[in-house]
Amino acid sequence: MTQPSEVLLQANAVSIAYGDQLAVNAVTLPIYQQRITSIIGPSGCGKSTLLRSFNRMNDFIDQVTLTGKVTFNDQNVYASDADPVAVRLNIGMVFQKPNPFPKTIYDNVAWAPKINGRRDNMDDRVEQALRQAALWDEVKDRLQESALNLSGGQQQRLCIARALAMNPLVLLMDEPCSALDPVSTARIEDLLFELKETLTIVIVTHNMQQAARVSDFTAFMENGVLIEYGPTETLFTNPENKRTEEYVTGRFG
Amino acid sequence: MEQVLRWLFFACAAISVLTTLAVVGVLSIETFNFFQQVPAADFLFGTRWTPLLEPKSYGILPLLFGTTLIVIGAAIVALPVGLACAIYLSEYAGARTRDVVKPILEILAGIPTIVYGFFAITFVTPILRTLIPSTEVFNAASAGIVVGIMVLPMVASLCDDALRAVPNALRDGAYSLGATSFEVTARIVVPASLSGIFAAFVLAISRAIGETMAVTLAAGATPNLTLNPLESIQTMTAYIVQVSLGDTPAGTLSYQTLFAVGAVLFSMTLILNLIANAIMNRYRDVYE
Ligand SMILES: Nc1ncnc2c1ncn2[C@@H]1O[C@H](COP(=O)(O)OP(=O)(O)O)[C@@H](O)[C@H]1O
Ligand SMILES: [Mg+2]
Repeated sequence: MTQPSEVLLQANAVSIAYGDQLAVNAVTLPIYQQRITSIIGPSGCGKSTLLRSFNRMNDFIDQVTLTGKVTFNDQNVYASDADPVAVRLNIGMVFQKPNPFPKTIYDNVAWAPKINGRRDNMDDRVEQALRQAALWDEVKDRLQESALNLSGGQQQRLCIARALAMNPLVLLMDEPCSALDPVSTARIEDLLFELKETLTIVIVTHNMQQAARVSDFTAFMENGVLIEYGPTETLFTNPENKRTEEYVTGRFG
Repeated sequence: MEQVLRWLFFACAAISVLTTLAVVGVLSIETFNFFQQVPAADFLFGTRWTPLLEPKSYGILPLLFGTTLIVIGAAIVALPVGLACAIYLSEYAGARTRDVVKPILEILAGIPTIVYGFFAITFVTPILRTLIPSTEVFNAASAGIVVGIMVLPMVASLCDDALRAVPNALRDGAYSLGATSFEVTARIVVPASLSGIFAAFVLAISRAIGETMAVTLAAGATPNLTLNPLESIQTMTAYIVQVSLGDTPAGTLSYQTLFAVGAVLFSMTLILNLIANAIMNRYRDVYE
């Protein structure tokens, strides 16, 4: 962290329940601009649920209720007059399993600009997004091939490119490397450092080394509760909470 | 005991296979006999179908046109509405609505087809005749509409299955890119399930071709080389009913027309079902 940064996105006392099952319990978490924040914690502790609340992706699950506020640029994304589509255009997402559309590589990247009416300079947009995702050199000669022919690691970088094509301000990543081999994982981690120049990134990971390597801030969750949050180095070397210490030193989880 | 059961089940399986073979066999032999007396070209390209009246003529085209009219009418009704129902069920309705509607579709699919025939005569035809007075009492349009209503539940149900086979991960991906529900449906889900939807359409058409009671009741018994849906026509199936119920003596050429028409019908539905199967097998490969 070279210079101080602003809070761009923030969860304020956010609680989320599936039916009457509480999955996220009164979490308050700031996300700093052009920083990487990682969310760690044991499986089922509510990491994905919290992450999906930032771009309202929980809207599509039956019987989800959310209380509290998520603010983006100081606007509540859950305000009654907030447009979830506009929120998602600013806050992109990459999922646990690569989910390219069954279309060509080019059409995957061009998809979001196309439906949102930004058809000008499409070739440039596609190239730029693929370059940002460090995939351009591998696919530049096969843009019209099906995206499903790519390897898993390439598919995941394609999904990153697809999300970047709309120039979002934030990129949410839910265990983006969990389905990938170590080489592909390393490539994506390198990529994160480059993207941080322009983007704000929130990454959920169950891999503590990954959190330690890539992130500026780390949040540790357990049973839906945010146990501890702070600069990554502090959280890993000098945690305040005993549960955090046990988790990051690998004594449970 | 194990051995006995084993043989019992084998016998059951054998009987059903043998029965099918026997049907195909009889159909082939009788059709062969028919073509000994009527040249295939006269049968396939002839424009007059009067096997029971003098002067006899054995051109199947009028019956094919009749069946085609019914299929077109049914397709116009069943394909768009069935797909729309499926899209609503799969992409918009909540789990509760779906739990109510799906069984209703299955009940509708189980209504005896003669009931649809009555519905055509007593309800659809009078409406058509009020709207377009030149409509004949028995007409292809009324039967086609009703056959469409009849296959609609099947189209809706199969298309719903096809849409639901699209993984949610694709929908999530599209929504996360700022798509609306309509964009997700029209640009991701429907294209990704196109082969399943297409297979459903082919099966529906195959069923419309084979549908018998409703067209026998409502479409008339006039072999008619026409594309005007307001006229009385006769389909291949309705012709088979007519001859089977009549007093045409077995073994005569008139009687053998049954098998020739049956063979055409059988080939058409068989080919369509094979096409649907081939399509379905291909699309199952995509996501599994
Ligand atoms: N779609 C859902 N419906 C009902 N319960 C869910 C759903 N998704 C997650 N949950 C529950 O919410 C809790 C948190 O899940 P999740 O956010 O996926 O955890 P994590 O990502 O940390 O593994 C878990 O107990 C999980 O069973
Ligand atoms: Mg998760």
